[in-house]
Amino acid sequence: MHRTKVRVVEDAFDANNTIASANRSDFDRADVTVVNLMSAPGAGKTTLLERALDGLAEQGLRVGVLEGDVAGSFDADRLSVLHLPVVQLNTDNGFGGECHLDANMVRSALPSVPLDEIDLLLVENVGNLVCPAEFRIGEDSRIMVCSVTEGEDKPLKYPLMFRACELVIINKVDLLEYLDFDIDRLEANIAQVNPSATIMKVSAKTGEGVDAFRAWLQALPARAGAAA
Amino acid sequence: MHEFDLSSAVVATVRKHAAGRRVTHVTLRIGRLRQVVKDTLEFYLAIVGKDTECEGATLEIVDVPAVLRCTTCKNEWEIEIPAFICGTCGPGAVEVATGEEFMVESIEVEDEEDAACTAQR
Repeated sequence: MHRTKVRVVEDAFDANNTIASANRSDFDRADVTVVNLMSAPGAGKTTLLERALDGLAEQGLRVGVLEGDVAGSFDADRLSVLHLPVVQLNTDNGFGGECHLDANMVRSALPSVPLDEIDLLLVENVGNLVCPAEFRIGEDSRIMVCSVTEGEDKPLKYPLMFRACELVIINKVDLLEYLDFDIDRLEANIAQVNPSATIMKVSAKTGEGVDAFRAWLQALPARAGAAA
Repeated sequence: MHEFDLSSAVVATVRKHAAGRRVTHVTLRIGRLRQVVKDTLEFYLAIVGKDTECEGATLEIVDVPAVLRCTTCKNEWEIEIPAFICGTCGPGAVEVATGEEFMVESIEVEDEEDAACTAQR
């Protein structure tokens, strides 16, 4: 039997990246800045968005949210009180959903997202510290939420995720007084795997530090525009 | 845990290049920073590749070490733990030289005529 060796030398993520570029073009055409928001399950992504996005429209930043979840519309329902466009994207295909959003899933949801009516699209990825870091969706910026209930060593265990993000938000700092959590060690570990990451300490519950995140979001479109 | 998705990406890439021919061998280049568990990847590749041109293909993984380069002093060094800091110049000036690869390097396919002969037998 004759066998032929075929030289491929192709990044296995090329197919995803091609679709991500198509998303990017659509975002650019509509002049929309896109944030890919990632975290472990339960770190507080949705609560943070509830806090941070409220009232941004009055300050001149029109925000939309694309909610990625394995199943259900619990998060989209929570955000609906903010009166901004929220589109639910479920990854469940019948027998257990995907653990992340990829470019194609985001693409499939884009017809439902009113890109012409928003300046900033926040894509809340599926809670997971591994796979979401590997699949680009056409975003301008990748950010993550980690929380003080998770453990100081997480950056060392999930460097792929912590390195992928330009902003790391440490959430639930209101719980610090009840925990044996060394936040300095967490910050040192983040700096070790991603020295250029911006770190913010917030409590989405009490609102502590959330203003800094709001300011960061407000400044992002201009920053992304300058980078493009 | 991400190996299932990685397997899907590999199988899609391989099938594109196989163009319908049966694949007997796949060579991947995987950087250490990708955090891939090889046994798990192999396990999922067999599942994802079932009933495709890839079914039964053997797998070879070429490891690529994690090598960092300091943009200031131009030193390069291999890391065994995730510490992205230059020992001389400090943080903020380090780039990844190698270790982020996740590539299909080559595949081995059965020639079409041969495949047809095999089918006739």
